[in-house]
Amino acid sequence: MRLFHFAAPNTFYPLAGKLAPWFFGLAAVLCVIGLYIGFFVAPTDFQQSEAYRIIFIHVPSAWMAMFLYVVMAFWAGIGLAFNTRLSSMMATAIAPTGALMAFLALWTGALWGKPMWGTWWVWDARLTSTLILLFLYIGFMSLQAAIDDPRRADKAGAVIALVGVINVPIIYFSVKWWNTLHQGASVSLTKSPSMAATMLTGMLIMALAFWMYSIGAVLVRVRAVILERERRADWVRQAVRG
Amino acid sequence: MTGATQRSTPSQAFATVVRRDLLLAMRRRAEVLTTLFFFVIVVSLFPLGIGPEMDTLRLIAPGVVWVAALLASMLALQRLFALDYADGTLESLLLAPQPLGLLVAAKVLAHWLVSGLPLVIIAPLLGLQFDLPGEALAILVVSLLLGTPTLSLIGGIGAALTLGLRGGGVLVSLLVLPLYIPVLIFGAGAVEAGSSGLGAGAHLSLLGAFFALAAFFAPWATAVALRISVE
Repeated sequence: MRLFHFAAPNTFYPLAGKLAPWFFGLAAVLCVIGLYIGFFVAPTDFQQSEAYRIIFIHVPSAWMAMFLYVVMAFWAGIGLAFNTRLSSMMATAIAPTGALMAFLALWTGALWGKPMWGTWWVWDARLTSTLILLFLYIGFMSLQAAIDDPRRADKAGAVIALVGVINVPIIYFSVKWWNTLHQGASVSLTKSPSMAATMLTGMLIMALAFWMYSIGAVLVRVRAVILERERRADWVRQAVRG
Repeated sequence: MTGATQRSTPSQAFATVVRRDLLLAMRRRAEVLTTLFFFVIVVSLFPLGIGPEMDTLRLIAPGVVWVAALLASMLALQRLFALDYADGTLESLLLAPQPLGLLVAAKVLAHWLVSGLPLVIIAPLLGLQFDLPGEALAILVVSLLLGTPTLSLIGGIGAALTLGLRGGGVLVSLLVLPLYIPVLIFGAGAVEAGSSGLGAGAHLSLLGAFFALAAFFAPWATAVALRISVE
């Protein structure tokens, strides 16, 4: 039962407070290493020259945007199935970070598209599906914001998150389904990667940095959610008084 | 049957709900026509905004008709559960011994018959305004016929989740429109693929697949959402 000891908001709150700085620290260190590799070690691309270097932000944020949606749907689903309050709070806390990542991916994609394709925006499958992902995050957040009763908000959000999760595989397979401008996936598990090893290393380290940042940010936000929801509990009064 | 009233079988319950909703819709014919006229007006606005060049209009026609169908079916969603929620019928449906998913499917079917099917029927007329050739018109109708039920099914989830909320109308569009996008892509894409000689088969098959998927999962998800909203 040790595992579930931290499943209650009042025990998770201090744990999250202790863990968050560690994840932020890890994110900062990995970010410095990743950006150093990205800007100084990785070679200039023979086709895309220096402009490709935005890949070190673009790809990790796009990955995190998709991944966080699945994680959010997972926690929301657990909350719906087992009626665990903390799981639903986690889902609520993940949504803004996921939306931020989707927005970052779109923005950096636009900055990358201008020198490569000569246009800020292309109605290509992956761009479009990331945009849909951003819409899904916004829908989830506005649905939860519109419902006053937190229990109903949790459950309704869980349904829409689980319905929306169908969209994530569509994003992933869209490259194969819709034949358009976007270059194929840069990293694949079955073929050898089509990029230099240092580029790949830098990108993976940046992905880890984004991952750690997301965990840290979610932990900080879930603390805020816990405080707001449990504001009438005794332990909150004691914790806030210090 | 001695004393106890006979419990109706699931198929009887399904038919009863469909008949009841159709009857109610026929008593309020103005509301049904509102959706239809909204569809016609939105489609007619595009030539006014874009200009009367037939070559351009022919190109954008499938997209315009499909987007208008999306908006019209979304507007009609408000009526799917709101009245039943207001007068308490919905609670009886939730308490009924028959599976709620089945009753929801019946309501969605009735809703599609009054708000989706008329759009499909009038679509060729609007396509003619955009100078679509006969074959493209046929594909447009088939794609709408396969696609609009999916829209009603997915929309049901959004309608159930936003039941009784402040600003539910705008919220339902935020929730539902992103989920409509795959249907839009392949629906409008079918007509374009047909006109460009690629053949619309693949697109129509995908639309059919979406419909099958939605018909299986959406009533169930809608039932879950209704229980959450009403409890």
